[in-house]
Amino acid sequence: MSTTNLETAVGNQPLKRVVIDPVTRVEGHGKVTLLLDEDNRVQQARLHIVEFRGFEKFIQGRPYWEVPIVVQRLCGICPVSHQLAAGKAIDQIVGAQLSPAATKLRRLLHWGQVLQSHALHFFHLASPDLLFGFDSEVQKRNIFGVIAEHPTVALEGVQIRRYGQEIIKAISGKKIHGVVVMPGGMNKAMKPEEVKTLAAGIGEIVGFCVKAVALAKRLYQEHRNRHEAFGRIESPFLGLIGPDGELELYDGGIRVKEADGSRFVDQYPCNDYMHLVREQVKNWSYMKFPYLIDKGPEYGWYRVGPLARLNNCDRITTPLAEAERVGFLAAHQGLPQGALAYHWARMIEALHCAEAIREMLGDPDLMSDDLVRIGERHFEGIGVIEAPRGTLFHHYEVNDEGLVTRANLIVSTTSNNQAMNESIRRVAIDRLNGANLTPELLNEIEVAIRAYDPCLSCATHAVGRMPLVVELEAADGTRVGAISRDEAGTIAIG
Amino acid sequence: MTDQALGITIDGAAVPCQAGDTVIDAAHRAGVYIPHLCFHPEFGPHGSCRLCMVKAGGRYVAACTTPATPGMSVESDTAEIKELRLRITQMLFVDGNHFCPACEQSGQCQLQATAYGLGMQDLHFSPSYPKKAVDASHDEMLLDRDRCIQCNLCVRASDRVDGKHVFSLGGRGIETRLMPNSASGLLRDTEFSAEDRAAHVCPVGALLFKHDNYARPIGRRLYDRTSIDRIGNRRADDAAPGGSAP
Repeated sequence: MSTTNLETAVGNQPLKRVVIDPVTRVEGHGKVTLLLDEDNRVQQARLHIVEFRGFEKFIQGRPYWEVPIVVQRLCGICPVSHQLAAGKAIDQIVGAQLSPAATKLRRLLHWGQVLQSHALHFFHLASPDLLFGFDSEVQKRNIFGVIAEHPTVALEGVQIRRYGQEIIKAISGKKIHGVVVMPGGMNKAMKPEEVKTLAAGIGEIVGFCVKAVALAKRLYQEHRNRHEAFGRIESPFLGLIGPDGELELYDGGIRVKEADGSRFVDQYPCNDYMHLVREQVKNWSYMKFPYLIDKGPEYGWYRVGPLARLNNCDRITTPLAEAERVGFLAAHQGLPQGALAYHWARMIEALHCAEAIREMLGDPDLMSDDLVRIGERHFEGIGVIEAPRGTLFHHYEVNDEGLVTRANLIVSTTSNNQAMNESIRRVAIDRLNGANLTPELLNEIEVAIRAYDPCLSCATHAVGRMPLVVELEAADGTRVGAISRDEAGTIAIG
Repeated sequence: MTDQALGITIDGAAVPCQAGDTVIDAAHRAGVYIPHLCFHPEFGPHGSCRLCMVKAGGRYVAACTTPATPGMSVESDTAEIKELRLRITQMLFVDGNHFCPACEQSGQCQLQATAYGLGMQDLHFSPSYPKKAVDASHDEMLLDRDRCIQCNLCVRASDRVDGKHVFSLGGRGIETRLMPNSASGLLRDTEFSAEDRAAHVCPVGALLFKHDNYARPIGRRLYDRTSIDRIGNRRADDAAPGGSAP
């Protein structure tokens, strides 16, 4: 059965409605609705992001220099990526060619961001499913369960995240929502003692990341058939790429690969993104559905994020991560496509970040005071960056007084919107069709979402055992039954 | 010259005075901190923010407009008065549109520091979300009325130091707004300059420069490491052109 056919149920047969609300172990508030026929076969499956962000609107009328600091509040997990993407856009507005010091500080900051975010995503939010099994006891399927049964894994995950946050704090002043990006550069250099302290700790973090890759690979390989097929869809992959085809997280051109590995575009200029990607609105979701214009909305949706980046790049510039990338691709026939392959790719990227940080910490430019360069004013700026979850577009227009008149953001989650919907439909078809619904089965829907994204709508904070009610209703709205979970994790059926 | 004979007490501590002092003048010189926003030692009393409310002779009075009379006993740092100051501060917040997390004056702002100093945890009152226009017409400066607390300091500085009369408070009641004195009502049509004293006295983020924004990193801002009640009367604008020494 095609997954796309499950976007909207056809016919007028009576259907039961099942709602997973909220999706747990993700930041932000997401909801999944399933419509089932009398034989519990899935007729419709949708992931809804139920919050309205509105940043594009309320940034209008504000001065351009505020933008990076305001819009980073979109998210509590990857605010650095938003600050940097907006900062890159504002650099264009002030006509800046960044100094080497500012560029290196930003790159280091972003590696810290991706490192801590990937650790949070994998260890805190996803690993309980992978370590204990999707259908394991709900009471232990959380980070506290990991701490209890796999303390070394948990501790190293926490340490990786902490280190990434220390990088962010050293550069931006705070671990979350720091203030460092200025139009045309950065507002401070690093102090020698900060560099020294961080350099002293990075060797251990690289080691932890090597083990993290091994863990992600082992978990994937142990259940190879199931994990490779789980939530598997095929799609093009979009992401930034360096000038020589290398993995690039901060700045580059856009590459899109078809599902079969052929190149759709390469080194596509970021400032022309609006001629490559368009967003479709659907009446059942607050989140838009981006697609490649030339392919159209039906066939043009694509994926971004760690899997897309590893499938797109020709190499990784750091040796340990490059060796792992080669092994990752060699383990698959063709491009890896399964949703759970994201986690393996994610840990390879974490290793790359740790290696890149180690190298950068030896660069004296980090302590240079040549931090801000301003050029000729422009009235439009576009910043594109690879956020932890994928390609992030920030686009602003300003008037001659310096006030924002238009803003467009395509965040990573949005780019993966269709893909997440397709993956939960795949899971619904493969695992839920005709089955009696249980909390464990419904968790498999969430496992697919977590593979892509741990922060659906940015900046609401719900982690762990959220209260959950799954209600079964007949098509006429009559309540058939329910499964609920309270804050203590107690499951009630009936 | 101070005269002990003219002295007053603030919370029981002797504070010497000079002839003509207000209560806050004497406190300021003695290093005793009385919370304030519209008061500035260079520009004389205004009495609008009411944050410097103290109790003297059984009455609530504004320390910035009340003459220090010999032997006066002033209560300032009491739970009752702090509660009043907290409510006044909360009213200032709901009267504007203050978004501290992204404001470039965060860490430098007297209103924010005062709120922290008073232990403000919430708005208490319902926000009014007033509509206040931003004036970005000037080449060098931006007037963000959302953050203006109508302390009148820029008005006084422009009148008394710069001699330009760039600003005034127009409108009435809750419609009161800081207005540039020009036929168009826009800042660009005044003689205002970023070099003016008036450009440097805003205690909040209502008057912002259009350059070097967010240049001061976290950790080097005035109130990052020390609360306003310990910093006392030192101000963010002390190092600005014409500013008083810390």
